[in-house]
Amino acid sequence: MITTTPRLCLALAAFLVCSAPLQAADDIRLATTTSTENSGLLAQILPKFEAKYGAKVRVVAVGTGAALKLGENCDADVLLVHARSLEDKFMAAGFGSARKDVMYNDFIIVGPKSDPAGVRGSKDVIAAMKKIAGSGAKFVSRGDESGTHQMEKGYWKDAGAQPQGAAYVSAGQGMGQVLTMAGELQGYTLTDRATFAAYRDKIGLEILVEGDPRMFNPYGVIAVSPQKCPGVNNKGAMALMDWMVSPEGQQAIAAFKVHGQQMFFPDAKPALKPAA
Amino acid sequence: MDLIEPTLEAFRLLFTGDPQLWRIIWTSLYCSTLAIALIAPFAIALGFLIAKVRFPGRRALVVTVQGLLSFPTVVVGLTIYMLLSRQGPLGFLRLLFTPEAMIIGYMLIAFPVLVVFTLSSVQGADPRVYETARSLGAHKVLAAWTTLREVRFGVMASIFNGFGRVVSEVGCSIMVGGNIAGLTRNIPTAIALETSKGEFAQGIALGFVLIVLALGINAVLSFMQGEGGMT
Repeated sequence: MITTTPRLCLALAAFLVCSAPLQAADDIRLATTTSTENSGLLAQILPKFEAKYGAKVRVVAVGTGAALKLGENCDADVLLVHARSLEDKFMAAGFGSARKDVMYNDFIIVGPKSDPAGVRGSKDVIAAMKKIAGSGAKFVSRGDESGTHQMEKGYWKDAGAQPQGAAYVSAGQGMGQVLTMAGELQGYTLTDRATFAAYRDKIGLEILVEGDPRMFNPYGVIAVSPQKCPGVNNKGAMALMDWMVSPEGQQAIAAFKVHGQQMFFPDAKPALKPAA
Repeated sequence: MDLIEPTLEAFRLLFTGDPQLWRIIWTSLYCSTLAIALIAPFAIALGFLIAKVRFPGRRALVVTVQGLLSFPTVVVGLTIYMLLSRQGPLGFLRLLFTPEAMIIGYMLIAFPVLVVFTLSSVQGADPRVYETARSLGAHKVLAAWTTLREVRFGVMASIFNGFGRVVSEVGCSIMVGGNIAGLTRNIPTAIALETSKGEFAQGIALGFVLIVLALGINAVLSFMQGEGGMT
């Protein structure tokens, strides 16, 4: 008996490991944007939450538009996205039960060294967009309803102008491909700083406009409504949301760096009033 | 998730003549058809020559062309991309992210398909057709034409296959075309994009069109090849 016990334990352990369902009931399904996943932020902060809460977070990284759609279709428990107007619509339609600010990163306008629109050094994104529209230079747009695309559309609206015809290149692709295309076409584009940092050396474009507070890119965390989606893991979603805006979560976000540079800036506000 | 609603929405988009949707359909049809029309004469001629003429290295050529059938379209795309890029040898042509770049890609993708199918149908033909034509005094080219007419169903099949391969292709289209709205966005790249945006109705609409397009083209070509096609 004494010799067989360890073996039995081993067999039992193996059985337990193998028979564990692929997705446990308390797993949390997080739909988020490619920027948080590709930058490595989630890989750094989520294990801390998982260790504390004792549940796995399954990440689906898509564009903000698609992430919200996953929430509407009850295919996600919690969303981490960056398109405020779409988030507000999502909340107004009752698809989310709670929403909180988490962090922001910032956008920049990049373009060719020759800078045909003459926007280099500008700190006013709207004025710069107006100049680009008026110059006839090419502007490459994400065109994919992503958070970045929403941001860009907002700027054109405020500028009251937009490049016309062949000058407006709607690519319908991810940030990396759009940056590569802008490099090839020697056009301007709007990008997040982290993705540009990774592509800078390959595409030969420069940062021309930065530092406008309107270029801050706020991320919100939304728990999918258990009223709309009865099967949703609302307990897990709320736990993840609360952890992200807690001092511990906020610190973890601030500590995430790429090439020694902080990429996301925590900006969760202490709860003053309950979400409407 | 609800499938009926996006499907109905898809039909509504199609029949209300949504201009963006029809522009996408036109891009697919135009690029694929033109590419096949441009490359088919050369590919069919090469397929015929490989089938009929013995020359050193013929076996190696057959193996190479057959191998190219499994060549990933993204690799074709990447090759053309590197040639047409600003830093590439043909960058001065400014062809990257244009329909022309896509047509070049499609021609390269369809080429081995057309060659291999023509080759096998000519090889399967009765060799006496060619010999009889020659003995009756026909020039080599005319005898070749007679043989190709005799195996026209096989040749048509090669064209169907080539067309089917390029019209449903995503990898090369998105790499060298860039999926630019109103310019190089075609049915497959649009479906990929709409799905990523969560716009399933547009995706389904385009999926329908792709099927109808393929059926329509095949029906037209079948009609053209005559009654024999029915057997």
